This record gives sequence, C-alpha cells and structure tokens, in this order.
Amino acid sequence: MNSNAPASREGSRRIPVSTIRQFIGQHLTEVVSALVAVALAIFFAIQSPNFLTSDNALVLSQFIAPFAIFALAEVPILILGEIDLSVGQMYIAAPFFVTYWHHAGIPVLPSVVLSLLVCCGLGFINGLISISLRVPSFIATLGMAFALRGIILIYSNGAPTNPIGSHMLVNILGGWAWSEAIWAVGIAVLLHVMLRGTTFGLHIVAVGGNSESARESGIRVERIKIWCFVLCALLGGLIGILDGYHLGSLDPATDGLTFMFYGVTSAVIGGTALTGGRGTMVGACIGACVLGMIKNGFLILGTSSFALDLVTGMTILLAMILNVQIEQATSMRGPRGSFSRAVNLVFSIVTQRGKGKVRS
Amino acid sequence: MTPNGGTNGPAGVENVLRTEQLSLSFGPVAALKSVNLHLERGEVLGLVGNNGAGKSTLVKILTGLYRPDGGRIYLDGEEVRFRSVQDARQHGIETVFQDLALVDELSVYHNLFLNREYTRGGWFRFLRNRTMRAAASRFLDDIGIDIPSVDAPVAKLSGGQRQAIAVARAVRQENIKILLLDEPLAAMGAKETSLIIGLINSLSKKANISIIVIDHNYTHLFEICDRINVIQHGQVTVNKSLSEISLEELIEFMVQSFRRDVAAGDAK
Repeated sequence: MNSNAPASREGSRRIPVSTIRQFIGQHLTEVVSALVAVALAIFFAIQSPNFLTSDNALVLSQFIAPFAIFALAEVPILILGEIDLSVGQMYIAAPFFVTYWHHAGIPVLPSVVLSLLVCCGLGFINGLISISLRVPSFIATLGMAFALRGIILIYSNGAPTNPIGSHMLVNILGGWAWSEAIWAVGIAVLLHVMLRGTTFGLHIVAVGGNSESARESGIRVERIKIWCFVLCALLGGLIGILDGYHLGSLDPATDGLTFMFYGVTSAVIGGTALTGGRGTMVGACIGACVLGMIKNGFLILGTSSFALDLVTGMTILLAMILNVQIEQATSMRGPRGSFSRAVNLVFSIVTQRGKGKVRS
Repeated sequence: MTPNGGTNGPAGVENVLRTEQLSLSFGPVAALKSVNLHLERGEVLGLVGNNGAGKSTLVKILTGLYRPDGGRIYLDGEEVRFRSVQDARQHGIETVFQDLALVDELSVYHNLFLNREYTRGGWFRFLRNRTMRAAASRFLDDIGIDIPSVDAPVAKLSGGQRQAIAVARAVRQENIKILLLDEPLAAMGAKETSLIIGLINSLSKKANISIIVIDHNYTHLFEICDRINVIQHGQVTVNKSLSEISLEELIEFMVQSFRRDVAAGDAK
C-alpha cells in the first residue's frame, strides 16, 4: 500500500475496474434508481406503443422538469438535515410577485428580477427563523408556506389571472414547449458543479455529515445553512415564474405543498438521505425521471385519475423499500432481515474480488 | 503588568502562550473558574484532570470555539481574543479535538483539507481535487501514516487511522506555533500510539512548536511531556516539571484528590 501516489496518478489516465466498483459502492442508490427508471421505461414501452414516441417525450419532459427542479432545490437542504416545505408555495407566489411589481409600473424583466430577489429574502427569513432562532425548519417553513398562501389569496382575491410579459420574453422564460426541460437541465448542471466542484458544496456535505466536526474545522455552519435556504427559495420562485408563463394562467389556490413533496420524493428516490449527510443532483434528476414516468406512464395506460394517486403511492413505496433495503444490506452495519441478507449475498458475489483487494 | 509577569509564569522565560484567570460558565455550571497557565516555546505541556474538570472546555476556548466569560489570553506576550476557529488558526493554533472533527462521509483528502481547500476560480472557489489528492497522499506517506487510499471515505478507516488523519491534518499547517491535542492517543493501537508519540516528540524538537496534550494515560504523558499541569474543578492546582514529580507521585496525587472529592460529595 506504499505505492499510493503513483497509483493515483495513473488512475487519472485510465479508469481501473476497482474505481468503477468503488463508484457503484458509493452511489448505489443512484444506480439502483437509474435501473428502476430503465425498468419502468421498458415496462411502459411494452404496455403501450404511445410511450416511446417523440410526442410523448415532450409530455414526459413536462412532467419531469418541475419535479426535477423542486428536487434540485431541496437536495442541499436535505443534505444539511433540514427541509424546506415552503418552496412549493414560493412557486405559486412568485408569478404573483411579478404581476405585483408590473402593476406598480415596473417593466417585465426588472419585475422578474425583483420578484426573484423577494424570494431570496423570504428564503433568508426561512433560514433566520430555523437556524438563528432555532425553530425546527419543518415548522418554520410550514409557517412560511401558509403565510405565503394567505398573502397570495388576499392579493389576488382568490381569482386566477394571466402572467404578464412581452411575447419574446415569454418564449425565453417558458413559453416554448421544451424550455422548461432546458431550464431543468441547466439548473441541474449548475447545481451539480456547485455541489461537487466548489468549496461551498463540500462544506454543505461536511455540515450535513457532522455539523460539530464542521464547526470545529472552522466552517461557519449557520451561514452555509442560511445560504441553502436562500438558494432553495430562489429556485422555487424561478420555476414558479417559468411555469406561470408555460401554463399561461396563475391560480392562487393551487396547492404548493403537493409540488414540494413531489420534489422531496424525487430527491429521496434518487438517494438523498432525509436525515442528512448524503445526496446528489444526478440522483435527484433520476428520481424525478422515475416519478415523472410513473405519472405519465400510468396516464398513457389509461389508469383513471382516481386510481393514479394510488398507483403512484404504491410505486413510490416499492421503489423506496428496494432502495432502503439495498442500502442497509450493503452498509457497514450489516444486513437486517431476510431480504437484506439476500441482497447482501448478491452484492457480495458481485463485488467479492474488489473487497478482497481493499482488505489486503 | 508586563507581558511575562503572570502569576504562573517564571519571569524571564519566553512564554508563547499564557492565560490569566480564564473563566467560563454554562448556565449555573462553572466549567472554568480561573485558569492560569503558561506554555514555553518548544515545550510539551501535559494537562491532566478528572472527567469534567474543564480540560476540553479550555481547549475549545484556546481554539476559538468558545468565548471565555472573563480572563485574558496572551500569545507571544500580546493579548488576543479569538473570534472564530479561523481566527485562532491564523494565530498559529492548531487543534486535534477529542471527537477528531472528521466528517465520515468525506474522503480522507477532503478531510485533510477541510475548510483549507486548494481552490481556483476566485470567488467561485472551485475545488482543485487532483492537487489536493496528490498532496494528501504525499504528505501521509512522508509522515508514515498508512491508509489504503486517500479516496476512501473516513468512515471506512479504523479508529487509529482516523486519529492519525486528525493529527496529520493539524500538523500539516506551515504557520503552526501551538498544537492542542485533546486525548490524541485514546483508541489507538500500539503501532499508531508510538507513531503519534514519535511525531509529537520530533515536532517539539525540530519545528519549535509548543504543544499542550490532554491524556488520561500518565505513562504516555511522561514519555512526551516536559511539564504537567493538573486541572481540578476549573482551576490549575498543580504545576510541576517532570524533574519535580514522578509518575508514581502524580498517580498517588490524583487518586488522593479523587478520594477527597468522593468524601466531600458524601459529606454533602
């Protein structure tokens, strides 16, 4: 084991088998989710000839993109072991902020920017209440969610309106059918680079993994957490404005909590731990794909809208049971229960040679 | 008052660190009552005391994590107030905490460089992972710490390896003047213990680093320390260099004082 340095230098040029195995070991839940997504795609493609068509690809992207953006927004906060329940309501409220500023006499683009700043401010308040005032973020952001809903209902008198904007701007922001998917991919790439490639991202994982150790290392734990709340609120507002233009109408009575929970569910399906410490943007996107395919696929199969929620719920549960059990089976705590043991057996057969090498 | 004329410090000796009547209470509990201690340049000072005597609290004050209620800290004769861990580090104080301050989820090299990452891209602070990884494995090889891979998450290492990483992280810094070790030898195997003891000894000899060690194993302390301070009930009660006290005397003193404490507790 003394030849560490040359080995790692070599490793940067060609990827050895052990690296692939290590990658699978570290990102097991993501890999499993991806397999689930592929399995779902195959299942729906066999069941219905309409699933794998270019028309449906567009529809599918419109299912997946919002889930993905909500999931991406939640991932840093979930890694920190917190949660932001208000992001869905931020999504509902943001386009109304734009109309508010526009009615106050400000042009469209500055109104959008101003509204996003307001969202950042509200996220900052979320952070202050849950971090500085030590109210659990679950309650703090739930309060924010209800307050936002109230504000928007009062402002709009409960009546749906149309989003405001010039034609070109609408196209850029969300009018084109594919624009939301493009935004989602763009945000995913940006946040992935942020989480994996910057000090900020490393510190998020450090704080989420062990906040006391992070503090002792001199990381400003509170600051990191508050910034993540700001980021989450900003993304929630951004997708709200996008979706407002995309749908062409704003309904103040829409239930934002459901959207938020789709995001959290996507993130968790994609391997983000609700207890904090781990999570990836790629996983969140995969989770969103799984969730989006479930919704879209069963619709195509002609499942009634009442049964759709039941099927969605059951599929989420199944996917999560699989995920948790596989993670349990392969974690160092050792397998518990017969299912875990079976999974562990399969996994140990697959990775046996690699493990022997590490121990020697 | 002259910088070196504290109640504890012998006049004329260069003190790199000195504290004066340091106190800190957590609510009704007085963790530190009045701590006067000094540390000479290149010296290894051992801190002993029962659990709850205030040793770790003292370390956390000196490292910038806690702010004292009262008292003063002098570094090289100048009064300092640490506003944060970063601040204390900039003054050359490095710490190995009792809980090691490692993040299990992160790789060995990310832990080694935590909050002192090599970055590029200015404000964005992109990580230079490849440089950090190479530097980490070179450094660990240099000081003789043997781990399977710097890419492995710290969670996969043994207790001794984790401790070695924590010590390595502290001594990696170039501006280090004072090293605080809070039970650095707990949970270590014989091999790692001798490695760390060797590391401490060579550091204090060659690099002019002053070290404060907290340990419950007095035999280890007598191997590495120049002087012993005993902390009891938030105060330094004994200050003796190794020529003035033997291992047996120290053990006898600790046992006696422990018995007195128990008797006092019974009397109440």
